[in-house]
Amino acid sequence: MARFTGFQPHSRPLALYAALFALFLYLPILFIPLFSVNEGVYVRFPLEGFTLDWYADLWSREPLKAAFLNSLKVAGSVAVLSTVLAIPAAMAIARYRMPGKGPVVGFMMLPLVLPGLILGVALLTLLNRLGVTLSLVTVAIGHMVICLPYAISVLLPRLIGFNRSLEEASADLGENPWWTFWRVTFPGILPGVLACLLMTFTISFDEFFMAFFLSGTSQTLPMYIWGQLRFPQDFPSLLALSTLILLVSFLLAFISLRLGRVGQVTAEGRA
Amino acid sequence: MTLAANSPVPPVRPGAVLRFLHRNEAWRGYLLILPALGLMLVAILFPLGSTLMMSTWSLSGYEIARTPSLDNYAAMLGHPMYGVLIGRSLEVALVATAVTVALCYPMAYYVAFHVHRHKALWLMLMTLPFWTSYLLRVFAWKVVLGYEGVLNTALVGLGVVETPVAALLYSQTAVTVVLAHSWAAFAVLPIYVSLEKIDRTYLEAAADLGDGPWRRFWRITFPLSLPGVVAAFFLMFVPTVGDYITPAMVGGPDGMMVGNLIQAMFGPMNNWPAGAALSVVLMVTIALAGLAFLIVGRLVRRV
Repeated sequence: MARFTGFQPHSRPLALYAALFALFLYLPILFIPLFSVNEGVYVRFPLEGFTLDWYADLWSREPLKAAFLNSLKVAGSVAVLSTVLAIPAAMAIARYRMPGKGPVVGFMMLPLVLPGLILGVALLTLLNRLGVTLSLVTVAIGHMVICLPYAISVLLPRLIGFNRSLEEASADLGENPWWTFWRVTFPGILPGVLACLLMTFTISFDEFFMAFFLSGTSQTLPMYIWGQLRFPQDFPSLLALSTLILLVSFLLAFISLRLGRVGQVTAEGRA
Repeated sequence: MTLAANSPVPPVRPGAVLRFLHRNEAWRGYLLILPALGLMLVAILFPLGSTLMMSTWSLSGYEIARTPSLDNYAAMLGHPMYGVLIGRSLEVALVATAVTVALCYPMAYYVAFHVHRHKALWLMLMTLPFWTSYLLRVFAWKVVLGYEGVLNTALVGLGVVETPVAALLYSQTAVTVVLAHSWAAFAVLPIYVSLEKIDRTYLEAAADLGDGPWRRFWRITFPLSLPGVVAAFFLMFVPTVGDYITPAMVGGPDGMMVGNLIQAMFGPMNNWPAGAALSVVLMVTIALAGLAFLIVGRLVRRV
């Protein structure tokens, strides 16, 4: 079918609007790197000269290093665990006819629309009743709940677009389902799995509410930033730290969106 | 469809359980989904249940008395502050969502109908900020809107105003603007998807029958895109009602929302039962709003 373009030439006002929209979306974020290399302590115009001192200052902060390592640990384990749980779940949703699948999937997508604050507080009351000591482990459990719906949504298009006849061929040739999965299905959905790992890592690394309520004495990076916000003299260093985090986040999200998109394109191509 | 359905010789499996699973598709499906589903059942339903239970307890001195009562809810009805906070949270979330959806619609329309070559690039441009830290995006606004911030110093420098405008930060308007900015990516996608799905032949037919661009938009494109608009509204409204970071960072006392009070009750005020009761009220409010969206969505689909 030919694309419907006949009487919709490029609309100049709309294109201008789109450009302004993108500018509004990115402009506030761009001030963070700009002022992170500004010499002045105060975040204001005019700029006072270029410096990298604020970045150097970050290296001398021991609590920051600890918080960074904590975040790496939590985000790493959350990414691996939620992806491992999400792969079979997404396979079940994509391929099996199950009674009550609709409500089950709806329930599993619930954290997408439940405010993080409510989930955090609710988990806190339960853990408190059970007498569980708050730690990075409880933070990771909270993060997994948030990450699972995203993980499943990233994997689903890959699995739905997967060519089942390859698996059938493998079964016909005498491979059992376990090895069929590892030798046929898994390599086929690998880009989706990588996208899923990166996305869940990013979400967990940046997450605030669960960490705020569920971490005990050890804090994660977003909590460190939150705590430092009270001290105006720390503002430029925070801007430097934020620049670094934003850079890495953008990079990871970019890669994972690309991987996810490649999955969707091939899925459409095969359908 | 089972894996072995097409194989000439069904593989023989030891054990009755495996044989049963092999034949029963639904059970196999549930077995696969069970680890994830189990975790979510335990980590969502139990905590919500325990919050509900704690909301009926009360604080006596520094101890929590576990005698069930509805005192916390009665206290909330008796004190106007709670009603005001919940009302303000609903208002801020509603305004921010309406503004965002209205601003995102032309954007999504542009990508769906006018971008042909770099569609994926545009989509990525729209969604990328959403994957960066929410905390840092709000932090960026603090930098922009602060008393000695980017906007104020720029305005003074350009001679638009003589002294910095204090009201930029720490107001309800600031909360609304920042929320709209933070959730834009979340709102663009559902609208884009519903626009992209529209069968272009309807528009061609309308054009052939003499409808101009405006009539085509209002009679075909807009009605068919409404499910996406409702979805975007829902996806953004629900999390923003219970937001905490934005009002805490740019709201000030006038921009405080119900999430800030819940946090305070679990934090400095140390009155967990009252905080639990307020969380339950917030959840019920959100569920009612969700129900309203669902009904509106159904009605829209029927039209």
